Amino acid sequence: MNHKLRIACTKESLKEIRRFVTQTLTDLHLPEIEVNLLVLAVDEICANRIIHSNNCDENLHLNLLISETCDGLTFEISDKGAPFDHTQYSEPDINQLVKEKRKGGLGLMLVNRIMDSIEVFKEKDLTVYRLFKKLTIC
Amino acid sequence: MNISIGKEEEIYLIGIEGDLDASSCINLDKAISEAVSAGEKKILIDCTNLNYISSAGLGVFMSYIQDFENNKISMVLFNLSKKVKNVFQILGLDELIQIVDSKEAAKTLINES
Repeated sequence: MNHKLRIACTKESLKEIRRFVTQTLTDLHLPEIEVNLLVLAVDEICANRIIHSNNCDENLHLNLLISETCDGLTFEISDKGAPFDHTQYSEPDINQLVKEKRKGGLGLMLVNRIMDSIEVFKEKDLTVYRLFKKLTIC
Repeated sequence: MNISIGKEEEIYLIGIEGDLDASSCINLDKAISEAVSAGEKKILIDCTNLNYISSAGLGVFMSYIQDFENNKISMVLFNLSKKVKNVFQILGLDELIQIVDSKEAAKTLINES
Protein backbone atom coordinates (compact mmCIF):
# COMPACT_ATOMS: atom_id res chain seq x y z
CA MET A 1 0.00 0.00 0.00
CA ASN A 2 1.18 3.54 -0.78
CA HIS A 3 0.78 6.58 1.45
CA LYS A 4 1.38 10.08 0.10
CA LEU A 5 1.94 13.51 1.61
CA ARG A 6 2.56 16.82 -0.17
CA ILE A 7 3.64 19.63 2.09
CA ALA A 8 5.10 23.16 2.01
CA CYS A 9 8.86 23.57 2.41
CA THR A 10 8.82 25.17 5.86
CA LYS A 11 10.46 24.00 9.08
CA GLU A 12 7.01 23.94 10.67
CA SER A 13 6.06 21.15 8.25
CA LEU A 14 8.50 18.78 9.93
CA LYS A 15 6.11 18.05 12.78
CA GLU A 16 3.34 17.15 10.32
CA ILE A 17 5.77 14.95 8.37
CA ARG A 18 6.66 13.07 11.56
CA ARG A 19 2.98 12.71 12.46
CA PHE A 20 2.24 11.33 8.98
CA VAL A 21 5.07 8.78 9.09
CA THR A 22 4.18 7.69 12.64
CA GLN A 23 0.52 7.29 11.69
CA THR A 24 1.37 5.33 8.56
CA LEU A 25 3.60 2.93 10.48
CA THR A 26 1.10 2.38 13.31
CA ASP A 27 -0.68 -0.49 11.55
CA LEU A 28 2.59 -2.40 11.14
CA HIS A 29 2.89 -2.91 14.90
CA LEU A 30 6.60 -2.16 14.97
CA PRO A 31 8.37 -1.49 18.29
CA GLU A 32 8.24 2.18 19.35
CA ILE A 33 12.04 2.50 19.11
CA GLU A 34 12.00 1.21 15.52
CA VAL A 35 9.19 3.58 14.51
CA ASN A 36 11.07 6.49 16.09
CA LEU A 37 14.20 5.67 14.08
CA LEU A 38 12.31 5.49 10.79
CA VAL A 39 10.54 8.77 11.58
CA LEU A 40 13.92 10.28 12.44
CA ALA A 41 15.56 9.21 9.17
CA VAL A 42 12.72 10.69 7.11
CA ASP A 43 12.72 13.85 9.24
CA GLU A 44 16.48 14.30 8.68
CA ILE A 45 16.25 14.09 4.89
CA CYS A 46 13.17 16.33 4.81
CA ALA A 47 14.84 18.91 7.07
CA ASN A 48 17.92 18.94 4.82
CA ARG A 49 15.81 19.33 1.70
CA ILE A 50 13.55 22.02 3.19
CA ILE A 51 16.35 24.11 4.72
CA HIS A 52 19.32 23.66 2.38
CA SER A 53 17.77 22.89 -1.01
CA ASN A 54 14.52 24.86 -0.85
CA ASN A 55 15.50 27.70 1.50
CA CYS A 56 12.37 27.21 3.62
CA ASP A 57 10.27 28.66 0.78
CA GLU A 58 6.61 28.02 1.66
CA ASN A 59 5.68 28.31 -2.02
CA LEU A 60 7.74 25.21 -2.80
CA HIS A 61 6.61 21.70 -1.94
CA LEU A 62 8.06 18.41 -0.84
CA ASN A 63 6.47 15.05 -1.59
CA LEU A 64 6.70 11.99 0.62
CA LEU A 65 5.67 8.54 -0.56
CA ILE A 66 5.74 5.54 1.77
CA SER A 67 5.42 2.11 0.16
CA GLU A 68 5.08 -1.19 1.97
CA THR A 69 6.32 -4.42 0.40
CA CYS A 70 6.78 -7.82 2.00
CA ASP A 71 10.51 -7.27 2.46
CA GLY A 72 10.39 -3.76 3.85
CA LEU A 73 9.50 -0.11 3.65
CA THR A 74 10.49 2.42 1.01
CA PHE A 75 10.35 6.14 1.69
CA GLU A 76 10.61 8.45 -1.32
CA ILE A 77 11.16 12.14 -0.67
CA SER A 78 11.08 14.37 -3.73
CA ASP A 79 11.21 18.09 -4.45
CA LYS A 80 12.40 20.55 -7.08
CA GLY A 81 15.41 21.75 -5.10
CA ALA A 82 19.03 21.32 -6.12
CA PRO A 83 20.33 17.75 -5.84
CA PHE A 84 22.91 16.70 -3.25
CA ASP A 85 25.52 14.24 -4.47
CA HIS A 86 25.26 11.53 -1.87
CA THR A 87 28.10 9.55 -3.50
CA GLN A 88 30.52 12.37 -2.62
CA TYR A 89 29.49 12.34 1.03
CA SER A 90 32.08 11.12 3.48
CA GLU A 91 31.12 10.72 7.09
CA PRO A 92 32.75 13.26 9.43
CA ASP A 93 34.63 12.23 12.57
CA ILE A 94 32.38 13.01 15.51
CA ASN A 95 35.35 13.97 17.73
CA GLN A 96 36.38 16.52 15.10
CA LEU A 97 32.84 17.96 15.07
CA VAL A 98 33.05 18.30 18.88
CA LYS A 99 36.42 20.06 18.66
CA GLU A 100 35.08 22.46 16.05
CA LYS A 101 31.96 23.09 18.18
CA ARG A 102 29.82 22.20 15.19
CA LYS A 103 26.04 21.88 15.44
CA GLY A 104 25.61 20.23 12.06
CA GLY A 105 26.97 17.10 10.45
CA LEU A 106 24.98 14.47 12.32
CA GLY A 107 21.86 14.14 10.16
CA LEU A 108 23.21 11.98 7.35
CA MET A 109 25.21 9.93 9.86
CA LEU A 110 21.94 9.01 11.53
CA VAL A 111 20.22 8.20 8.23
CA ASN A 112 23.15 6.01 7.13
CA ARG A 113 22.97 4.05 10.36
CA ILE A 114 19.18 3.62 10.31
CA MET A 115 18.43 2.78 6.69
CA ASP A 116 19.63 -0.22 4.67
CA SER A 117 19.98 1.72 1.43
CA ILE A 118 19.86 5.32 0.26
CA GLU A 119 19.56 6.29 -3.39
CA VAL A 120 19.48 9.81 -4.80
CA PHE A 121 18.46 10.43 -8.40
CA LYS A 122 16.77 12.91 -10.71
CA GLU A 123 13.36 12.14 -12.16
CA LYS A 124 12.23 14.82 -14.62
CA ASP A 125 12.52 18.06 -12.64
CA LEU A 126 12.51 16.36 -9.25
CA THR A 127 15.34 15.30 -6.97
CA VAL A 128 14.34 12.01 -5.38
CA TYR A 129 15.71 10.41 -2.21
CA ARG A 130 14.77 6.76 -1.90
CA LEU A 131 15.36 5.24 1.52
CA PHE A 132 14.81 1.53 2.07
CA LYS A 133 14.51 -0.36 5.35
CA LYS A 134 14.44 -4.15 5.37
CA LEU A 135 11.60 -5.44 7.52
CA THR A 136 9.57 -8.62 7.44
CA ILE A 137 6.09 -7.24 6.98
CA CYS A 138 4.09 -10.04 5.31
CA MET B 1 8.43 22.64 22.18
CA ASN B 2 8.60 24.40 25.55
CA ILE B 3 11.66 25.19 27.62
CA SER B 4 11.44 25.79 31.35
CA ILE B 5 14.21 27.30 33.43
CA GLY B 6 14.72 26.81 37.16
CA LYS B 7 17.35 27.09 39.80
CA GLU B 8 17.88 24.64 42.67
CA GLU B 9 20.66 25.84 44.95
CA GLU B 10 23.69 26.16 42.63
CA ILE B 11 22.19 23.96 39.93
CA TYR B 12 20.70 25.48 36.77
CA LEU B 13 17.79 23.34 35.60
CA ILE B 14 16.56 23.33 32.00
CA GLY B 15 13.41 21.35 31.23
CA ILE B 16 12.56 20.37 27.66
CA GLU B 17 9.00 19.50 26.69
CA GLY B 18 7.90 18.25 23.27
CA ASP B 19 9.89 17.79 20.07
CA LEU B 20 13.45 19.05 19.71
CA ASP B 21 13.94 19.36 15.97
CA ALA B 22 15.35 21.71 13.30
CA SER B 23 12.50 24.11 13.97
CA SER B 24 12.77 24.29 17.76
CA CYS B 25 16.43 23.59 18.61
CA ILE B 26 17.23 27.31 18.62
CA ASN B 27 15.27 27.65 21.87
CA LEU B 28 17.43 25.07 23.64
CA ASP B 29 20.56 26.69 22.22
CA LYS B 30 19.42 30.03 23.65
CA ALA B 31 18.69 28.52 27.09
CA ILE B 32 22.10 26.84 27.34
CA SER B 33 23.88 29.92 25.98
CA GLU B 34 22.19 32.11 28.61
CA ALA B 35 23.25 29.71 31.37
CA VAL B 36 26.85 29.81 30.15
CA SER B 37 26.79 33.63 29.86
CA ALA B 38 25.44 33.86 33.41
CA GLY B 39 28.45 31.90 34.63
CA GLU B 40 26.52 28.76 35.60
CA LYS B 41 28.80 25.78 36.23
CA LYS B 42 26.26 23.04 36.92
CA ILE B 43 23.54 22.48 34.33
CA LEU B 44 20.92 19.75 34.53
CA ILE B 45 18.70 18.99 31.56
CA ASP B 46 15.35 17.44 32.48
CA CYS B 47 14.25 15.25 29.55
CA THR B 48 11.20 13.74 31.25
CA ASN B 49 8.86 15.34 28.72
CA LEU B 50 11.19 15.28 25.72
CA ASN B 51 9.20 13.32 23.15
CA TYR B 52 11.56 13.47 20.16
CA ILE B 53 15.07 14.57 19.24
CA SER B 54 16.60 14.96 15.78
CA SER B 55 20.19 15.67 14.75
CA ALA B 56 19.50 19.40 15.19
CA GLY B 57 18.85 18.83 18.89
CA LEU B 58 21.82 16.48 19.26
CA GLY B 59 23.92 19.12 17.50
CA VAL B 60 23.07 21.75 20.11
CA PHE B 61 24.34 19.50 22.92
CA MET B 62 27.40 18.49 20.88
CA SER B 63 28.38 22.09 20.15
CA TYR B 64 28.83 22.86 23.87
CA ILE B 65 30.96 19.84 24.84
CA GLN B 66 34.25 21.58 24.09
CA ASP B 67 33.31 24.86 25.79
CA PHE B 68 32.09 22.96 28.86
CA GLU B 69 35.37 21.09 29.04
CA ASN B 70 37.40 24.30 28.65
CA ASN B 71 35.38 26.22 31.23
CA LYS B 72 34.84 23.42 33.75
CA ILE B 73 31.06 23.43 33.29
CA SER B 74 29.18 20.19 33.97
CA MET B 75 26.02 19.20 32.16
CA VAL B 76 23.96 16.10 32.92
CA LEU B 77 20.83 14.92 31.10
CA PHE B 78 18.31 12.83 33.01
CA ASN B 79 15.07 10.89 32.56
CA LEU B 80 15.36 10.25 28.83
CA SER B 81 12.80 7.88 27.31
CA LYS B 82 14.22 4.72 25.74
CA LYS B 83 13.57 6.00 22.21
CA VAL B 84 15.27 9.36 22.84
CA LYS B 85 18.27 7.75 24.57
CA ASN B 86 18.57 5.36 21.66
CA VAL B 87 19.16 8.30 19.29
CA PHE B 88 22.13 9.47 21.42
CA GLN B 89 23.46 5.89 21.47
CA ILE B 90 23.36 5.41 17.70
CA LEU B 91 26.10 8.00 17.25
CA GLY B 92 27.95 7.27 20.48
CA LEU B 93 27.01 10.65 21.91
CA ASP B 94 26.05 8.94 25.16
CA GLU B 95 29.82 8.42 25.60
CA LEU B 96 30.51 12.15 25.28
CA ILE B 97 27.51 13.55 27.16
CA GLN B 98 26.59 12.54 30.71
CA ILE B 99 23.19 10.81 30.76
CA VAL B 100 21.60 9.27 33.86
CA ASP B 101 18.22 7.77 34.70
CA SER B 102 16.93 10.07 37.43
CA LYS B 103 17.12 13.59 38.79
CA GLU B 104 18.63 12.26 42.01
CA ALA B 105 21.39 10.49 40.11
CA ALA B 106 21.96 13.64 38.03
CA LYS B 107 22.30 15.80 41.14
CA THR B 108 24.69 13.34 42.74
CA LEU B 109 26.82 13.18 39.61
CA ILE B 110 26.94 16.93 39.06
CA ASN B 111 27.79 17.64 42.70
CA GLU B 112 30.69 15.18 42.50
CA SER B 113 32.18 16.87 39.43
